[in-house]
Amino acid sequence: MQSPQPIVNEFAITAATVNGSGSQTANMVLMRAIFQMGIPVSGKNLFPSNIQGEPTWYTLRVSQAGYTARPATTPILVAFNPRTANDDLAQLPAGGICLYPADGPWQPQRADISPVALPVRQILDQVGVSQHLRPYAANMVYVGALAALLGIEDAALAKAVQHQFRGKSSAIALNLAVIRAAQAWATNTASPAYHRFRVTRMQATTGMMLIDGNTAAAIGAITGGVGVVAWYPITPSSSLIESLESYLPRLRPADDGTTCAIVQAEDEIAALGIVIGAGWAGARAMTATSGPGISLMTEFAGLGFFAEIPAVIWDVQRVGPSTGLPTRTAQSDLLAVYYLGHGDTRHVVLLPGTMEECYSDAQLAFDLAEYLQTPVFVLSDLDLGMNIWMSRPFTYPEQPLQRGKVLSAEALAKLTSYARFADVDGDGIGYRTLPGNPHPLAATLSRGTGHNERNVYSERPDDWQRNMARLWRKHETARRMVPRPVIDLHPQATVGLIGFGSTAPAIAEARDLLAAAGIATSRMRVRALPLGPEVTDFIARHQSCVVIEQNHDGQLRQLLQLHCPAYATRLGSVAWCDGLPLTAPFVRDQVMAVLEQMRELALVMSK
Amino acid sequence: MTQATVNAIGLTKNDYRGAPSTLCAGCGHDSVASQIIAAAFELSLPPHTVIRMSGIGCSSKSAAYFLGRSHGFNSLHGRMPSVTTGAHLANHTLRPLAVSGDGDTASIGLGQFIHLLRRNVPMVYIVENNGVYGLTKGQFSATADEGQELKHAGVNHLPPIDVCAEAILAGCGFVARSFAGDAKQVRELIKAAFNFHGAAVIDVISPCVTFNNHDRSTKSYTYGKTHESPIHDISFIPHYEEVTIDYEPGEARDVQLHDGPVIRLRKLHRDHDPTDRMAALALLEEARAANEFVTGLIYLNEHRPTLAETLGIGQTPIAALPEERLRPSREAFAAMMAELTGAG
Repeated sequence: MQSPQPIVNEFAITAATVNGSGSQTANMVLMRAIFQMGIPVSGKNLFPSNIQGEPTWYTLRVSQAGYTARPATTPILVAFNPRTANDDLAQLPAGGICLYPADGPWQPQRADISPVALPVRQILDQVGVSQHLRPYAANMVYVGALAALLGIEDAALAKAVQHQFRGKSSAIALNLAVIRAAQAWATNTASPAYHRFRVTRMQATTGMMLIDGNTAAAIGAITGGVGVVAWYPITPSSSLIESLESYLPRLRPADDGTTCAIVQAEDEIAALGIVIGAGWAGARAMTATSGPGISLMTEFAGLGFFAEIPAVIWDVQRVGPSTGLPTRTAQSDLLAVYYLGHGDTRHVVLLPGTMEECYSDAQLAFDLAEYLQTPVFVLSDLDLGMNIWMSRPFTYPEQPLQRGKVLSAEALAKLTSYARFADVDGDGIGYRTLPGNPHPLAATLSRGTGHNERNVYSERPDDWQRNMARLWRKHETARRMVPRPVIDLHPQATVGLIGFGSTAPAIAEARDLLAAAGIATSRMRVRALPLGPEVTDFIARHQSCVVIEQNHDGQLRQLLQLHCPAYATRLGSVAWCDGLPLTAPFVRDQVMAVLEQMRELALVMSK
Repeated sequence: MTQATVNAIGLTKNDYRGAPSTLCAGCGHDSVASQIIAAAFELSLPPHTVIRMSGIGCSSKSAAYFLGRSHGFNSLHGRMPSVTTGAHLANHTLRPLAVSGDGDTASIGLGQFIHLLRRNVPMVYIVENNGVYGLTKGQFSATADEGQELKHAGVNHLPPIDVCAEAILAGCGFVARSFAGDAKQVRELIKAAFNFHGAAVIDVISPCVTFNNHDRSTKSYTYGKTHESPIHDISFIPHYEEVTIDYEPGEARDVQLHDGPVIRLRKLHRDHDPTDRMAALALLEEARAANEFVTGLIYLNEHRPTLAETLGIGQTPIAALPEERLRPSREAFAAMMAELTGAG
């Protein structure tokens, strides 16, 4: 069973706990301490839609290779939830380590693993933790024990605890004391089997930070000049607005009044209504929501598209249909959001896949919304938005805010006539005037009803057709303006892997696994809708492409097939959505199966 | 009233008109639109400082028929309140005037109506209330009185939603009811509402000549003319100094508004203190029980802060903030990044 050579900096830990017990804090200390040692880390929080008492799992991956996808197996189990412990233990590979409370009702019954019985009560007694803090402090016992078993440096631990309990000196002292006591106990009880997994200092995280996508988006929105925020709480998007609220005062001090009005609306309909009203009146306005909120926002999304009002809508996706799995991740709103609204509605959609893109897309969305005078959607998901990722620091924007085509009273004074929707520049985008503009030509009645170039109500077929043709021209302008796909071409590859958003780490790691199996691949990560010509070029270069996404119907593949119908049969699909982030071995196996199917099909077709 | 050719800012009444109305001849909404035009003209409102807001329906269409030199937004059915809320947050120096209907406000939009009042978005909110859906051809709305008959819809057996009572309960500080056939009262209420520091609701019974103007309707011209019972004679006095007429003690009550103008309420046949919330609710309930059509300023309370004040928005509208205030300073940004990377 026992490996003579320890496995260094390449393993994962799953902490199975009860939600509401503060275990997330303990997991963050562990993650941050290893990150402080310069070792790449990533974490996946698998939590229930519940306040307290339900099972929750945190998977912390340590990877010197820099892999950050959810690991397929985790050889270290912290079994702190007796209700799930048997199932959790069954997942543990042979040779794994299982830490569990010695004074609890459960003991692991497996001969092929190393059990570590933690004397939780004894350690808490020894430190003198008061009764009401014991359930929380208990989690720090496994942190301390793991620190000893894995060899986490003391200074890194201390720094992580200080960061986690910022400024609360008594909490820092108490938690550190519990960790130290558990560390001492584990060191004294050391058995060689316990030390199968080790961490040793690296330099791979220097200058980097740990952050979640919702915080990155919030910082981006503040940097991007957000002026009005309206929202309705919904998992997993709430923390985006809550981060924005907490960072706003320090980033943009309200010396002469707040520079960003934040309103918790009565529902998502009102949230987008407020955003549309604010965008119409000239502010940079945004909302953040998830699937059910997107459904409610449908009518306003169509109004924004047709009345040509800037708005930014973050959809931090979760699993649907309906209420679905509110605390699990998915990529299943792509088609819904692209076409959100009845009639011929089509939107601009940004698809961030990294923390830096969450940050930069939050700003770009405002520039595009104001330039294109239309709602811009940013499609994040629970995995990107709520899990903690390593990132390079964000850079301060070098470009001024792009406020788009707005005519001031002075500009109007130089014109002999003004028509709101005249396509003066041939890009489908008219010139706006903002409410409050004193020039007599400025006023216009925005509307969702049919209108002519002068924004006057019209039911004439030719007016309708002309206006829609201009809107499609504007969509073509958007196609040229949105971010280009991220492409990594392999010179020998005949296979291309295509994805978007949070599946990037699993696909990147799967490419290495496929290469090891003799399959060279290129990769394209789509960054936005509408799709551009680079997408077609990538597909044209490869004999087979496999589109990997977390939804049931292969939504991105459908859009790609519509975009380049000539290559429709080259596009295979790995569409999988069970609420969990993809793992690399799963992607590898699925891609190989799909390629095999495509080969068989090609053989049949050629006969 | 004598009509000056130009008002204090040199505009004629024509400058406050809109496109020609496409509503049915004799529609109460057109009477309201002409009083909106008259009120804005008499108040000498700079057109660009007003925004005209509406949802969907006959009343909401009428936003095109007045204040053509003001920006406006004919938005979604029942959702005008949220759009207006957003516009207020972006630019709180604008003065929204909204027209809505009984379907737009009391049916599909009841939630947004109440939340707008709860937040106290400063605006004039006119409900053109005819108890019937016009554009979809004659269905009952939620304000139709119990026992009301309509040609196709039959008899309404459900109690009406009282827009004024809902407004008072939601925290609205200016609640009035009027009748489209009482032009002077409508106009004076609109003028007072424009000067109110907060959300002002005027529920105007505005007959639908096509679908609900028959003899047994409580929202008809005949009913309004024969049953209207004003609680006072209301005048809006823009500058208090102008007041010259003396009244006997107890005969008139002057209520001074935020920036100095005064609403003068000359008592008619009953005592009503519009600053008394319980009295206002009691008045509505008594009128309902007695089948009375009470009009006038029912409730007035100017003490609530507006939404912009509650949120601490400064003098400059958010829409007009310069880039340096909309972006963090390089120093603040660098300090935050240093903390996030652990270098700070």
